Amino acid sequence: MLRWFKPFIFLACLGPVFRLGWKAYTGVLGANPIEVITHSTGDWTLIFLLVTLAVTPLRKITGQLWFIRYRRMFGLFAFFYACLHFTTYIWLDKFFDLHEMWADIAKRKFITVGFAAFVMLIPLAITSTSGWIRRLGGKRWQALHRLIYASAILGVIHYLWLVKADIRKPVEYGTVLAFLLAYRAFEQIRARSHHPALASSKRTTILQS
Amino acid sequence: MLIKKASDILSSEITPKSLYVNRRRFISVGATAGVVAAAAFGLHKLGSHSEVAHANTKIEGLQKSSFSTTETITPYKDVTNYNNYYEFSTDKYEPAGLARNFKTRPWTVSIEGMVKKKKTLDIDSIIKLASAEERIYRHRCVEGWSIVVPWVGFSLGELIKQCEPLGSAKFVEFTTIYAPNEMPGQKIPVLDWPYVEGLRMDEAMHPLALLCFGMYGEALPNQDGAPLRVVLPWKYGFKSAKALVKVRFTDKQPINSWSKSAPSEYGFYSNVNPHVDHPRWSQANERRLGEFRKRPTLMFNGYDQVASLYSGMDLKKFF
Repeated sequence: MLRWFKPFIFLACLGPVFRLGWKAYTGVLGANPIEVITHSTGDWTLIFLLVTLAVTPLRKITGQLWFIRYRRMFGLFAFFYACLHFTTYIWLDKFFDLHEMWADIAKRKFITVGFAAFVMLIPLAITSTSGWIRRLGGKRWQALHRLIYASAILGVIHYLWLVKADIRKPVEYGTVLAFLLAYRAFEQIRARSHHPALASSKRTTILQS
Repeated sequence: MLIKKASDILSSEITPKSLYVNRRRFISVGATAGVVAAAAFGLHKLGSHSEVAHANTKIEGLQKSSFSTTETITPYKDVTNYNNYYEFSTDKYEPAGLARNFKTRPWTVSIEGMVKKKKTLDIDSIIKLASAEERIYRHRCVEGWSIVVPWVGFSLGELIKQCEPLGSAKFVEFTTIYAPNEMPGQKIPVLDWPYVEGLRMDEAMHPLALLCFGMYGEALPNQDGAPLRVVLPWKYGFKSAKALVKVRFTDKQPINSWSKSAPSEYGFYSNVNPHVDHPRWSQANERRLGEFRKRPTLMFNGYDQVASLYSGMDLKKFF
């Protein structure tokens, strides 16, 4: 792979936030800028979660092993956009009123699941380094990082429960997620039924790459 | 209480536009501070939000109204570019463009149901039924944002009197035009089209209820409900049906579109009420467009004069 490719992807992943910043700076975020920022950061969190989850299937289908090198970066970008999304909420919606925030989390189902989805990403971001993979050991690390499935599912539910009547967009995200998860389930079943021993050794390889 | 007499103020005389613009910029910059430096990359799509010209016909001889608020009027470009108008799109930024070629002439409104004589009225004769007033009303969306708009029209009661409803009529039902070829949103079954709304007769006869055909001193823009809509400032915005083609008098409570789509979330009355939350979000506060902090939502959106319409009613039950 070309040496400039990874930095290029990194900058591309920052594109949405640059764009938002520029629009804010030039005053073209429209009538309700805070709503635009909230929705945009939420959208990009979901997109990056899906992109992260697409890495392994794509790698297996195409046989392009180098894809895996981008998985951590995409995952961390999902967390980055989730942080921006959460910050918009706690700052521009709740004005750092923690009491109100907790009341919201307890009372509003869509906030409860959204908050849970966000919290689940925190340990994944912390343990994303090679050092942590070593410290936890491959198996335990991987078990922990399966939390991303739950986080993505809750993220889609969060979106679904917040829209008024037009559920097309959350359903689109949900459909993509369903495919990505179904692929994994299918692979698991296939691996188990055909080569039980191979399946487990394969998993270790993924982690080391 | 909060209804101040504003009879001497016309929309054009309130807060210069430059102030809103500066404020908006301040808000936006604050909101995304830190990423602004990234601007140099030019990864943006330059919106053409600059100043939107008022293109509609001016309405002459407007009367001032004692119902008007003195609060800062929301800029015209926000009220015409941020529209919940699902007949065009569920994206609030799209109706402005999609409604551009919507035809509002010729246009008739049929008067049906429990009336002395059913008839069809032409839009241009309807707007001449009474003298046009400018009414600066607060407008609160069920989603939690609000605007202040200088509407133009006259009390809905003026039209109702012309319709001569029978004594047995207890409700009035409004129907929006069904024209999927002009309204792309109607091709998608997000709601059961056409849009239907309704009021109890005493609500409809309340002088605050406005039959509206203009705003900001001009004919109503298409994306804001042209050529004819109702404006009910003490109720959530969705009660104020747009592009009306039918007014029907009935003795049964109409089933309004949102209530039909989600009866546990949207009631028939839908009065603005900070004490009754939407099942999924709070209604205690609202974001006035152009303001940074949220402000508390007022009972009946601050229009206390309608309270007597609901005396003795449990407003938690009749939400």
